Amino acid sequence: MNWNDIADAMFGGLPYYGEILALVSNSVWAGAVLGLVGGLVGVFVMQRDMAFAVHGISELSFAGAAAALLIGWDVVTGSIVGSLIAAAIIGVLGAKARDRNSIIGVLMPFGLGLGILFLSLYDGRSANRFSLLTGQIVSVQTGQLGWLIGIGAVVLLGLLLIWRPLRFDSLDPQSAAARGVPTTAVSLGFMLLLGLIVAVAVHIIGALLVMALLVTPAAAAMRIVSGPLSVPLLSALFGFVSAVGGILLAIMGTLPVSPYITTISFLIYVVCRVIGSRRDRVTRAARA
Amino acid sequence: MTPPAAGARPVVLSIRDAALQRGGRELWAGLDLDVHAGELVAVLGPSGSGKTTLLRAILGLEPLSRGSVTVEGEAVEHRGSRSIGYIPQARPLPRDTSLRGRDLVTLGVDGHRFGFPIPRRGDRARVDALIDAVGARDFADRPVGLLSGGEQQRLRAGQALADDPPLLLCDEPLTSLDLANQQAVIGLIDRHRRDKDAAVLLVTHDINPLLGKVDRILYIANGRFTLGTPQEVLRSDVLTALYGAHVFVLRAGDRLVVVGAPDAEASHHHHDHGADA
Repeated sequence: MNWNDIADAMFGGLPYYGEILALVSNSVWAGAVLGLVGGLVGVFVMQRDMAFAVHGISELSFAGAAAALLIGWDVVTGSIVGSLIAAAIIGVLGAKARDRNSIIGVLMPFGLGLGILFLSLYDGRSANRFSLLTGQIVSVQTGQLGWLIGIGAVVLLGLLLIWRPLRFDSLDPQSAAARGVPTTAVSLGFMLLLGLIVAVAVHIIGALLVMALLVTPAAAAMRIVSGPLSVPLLSALFGFVSAVGGILLAIMGTLPVSPYITTISFLIYVVCRVIGSRRDRVTRAARA
Repeated sequence: MTPPAAGARPVVLSIRDAALQRGGRELWAGLDLDVHAGELVAVLGPSGSGKTTLLRAILGLEPLSRGSVTVEGEAVEHRGSRSIGYIPQARPLPRDTSLRGRDLVTLGVDGHRFGFPIPRRGDRARVDALIDAVGARDFADRPVGLLSGGEQQRLRAGQALADDPPLLLCDEPLTSLDLANQQAVIGLIDRHRRDKDAAVLLVTHDINPLLGKVDRILYIANGRFTLGTPQEVLRSDVLTALYGAHVFVLRAGDRLVVVGAPDAEASHHHHDHGADA
């Protein structure tokens, strides 16, 4: 492969950009919703120290989708079932961080292994196989895209309704319980919402790369701001820019979408880290 | 110090014939305690004697194995209550916590509310008033993760006072604070009970910072307890009888040191947490 081939893979579609964009407009919408909602959910994932749980849920979600593919079910339904089973197990058994990590460590390879087994048994189109692991939003059918957007909206609504008790519980579960917050219900509710958004993300960016939209944007935002409104808003913006930007860049050529999304989200993080550490140095120098 | 005349003031917290079991072992039984409005009662005792569990039982978060708890005349039935203020131990928050000081206080005002997070009229004024009441104006807008342990603890106190609770429960609120901050936090607790005539139950392992403020002491040890004024409880003969072992209460200047208490924590130790770098 030489530079011409690479340029062709990246920009070969430019002359037809308008038509391609019209074809994938629903994918852009789905990416936008996932970017926004994933960014918001990510803030709580960070506060509750659950990045590893996101990864664990996504592998079981992948197994569910692969099982659905094998037995001829709807793949989105399969991924949701897998996600929710994982979220429920982690939520119920892993109340403490240490228990949680060991449970996820046990579940994750099991889920991934099951998924690979189901995919090997499946003899349909091979493009479908890889897409669950590494994502290919533009190959998702329109009907399923509608579902993904709808689920994203449900997660957004649910998250807003439990926003304040969830924030209290994420910061200080003891004080929250003392003030009458039903902390167990709030935690399980969050796991449910997390499971749903992970299932959406598996289809858009792939099970292995879910963290790029559910962890990285929030981690980046927390580097440069600290307000209760500025962190979620900035995180949602970062998620949106990564997801939509990734899709818009990818359709210029023939390369998959996911690497674009992960790269944009990573670059945003790097920039935020540099800004954050520079500011830290300035404040420390000013105080000294 | 003038202990309020028992019975003259209304009883805020009433515990009757309470017993507590953990892992099949009875920690204590037959506890009767009335805490009156405006009274500060300290709970002392070695670690593992069930002090924290007593607070959690009053909050309705853990069941007693026997007995009853009533707060302001109502039996505790629900998990958690907004008419009880709760100040936890001063655990430093992570540096990257995405909240400012004032948001910690705000959680006391709206953290229990479900529904779209739209502020209600008056919330902001209430939060400002609480911040002023705990003297946190100067650092209220800085990220909480960058504040010192003492500053964080003042904000937690502000959070606990959000609904002017008639009962305040404090679980080791002074641990890991330096002397100046210990005095500041005690001052806040003391002022709340005087201004609002609130009852305070405070678990501590070191009575010294509270001497002069505390009305009565509940000393739990060895599955038994003794209740009375500091002069009645903090005596070598009383604690020796309680522990069933020779225990000495020594006076060093205006400080008291309990020596020889089996399984007790050192009477004053300060943890370094390095957050003030």
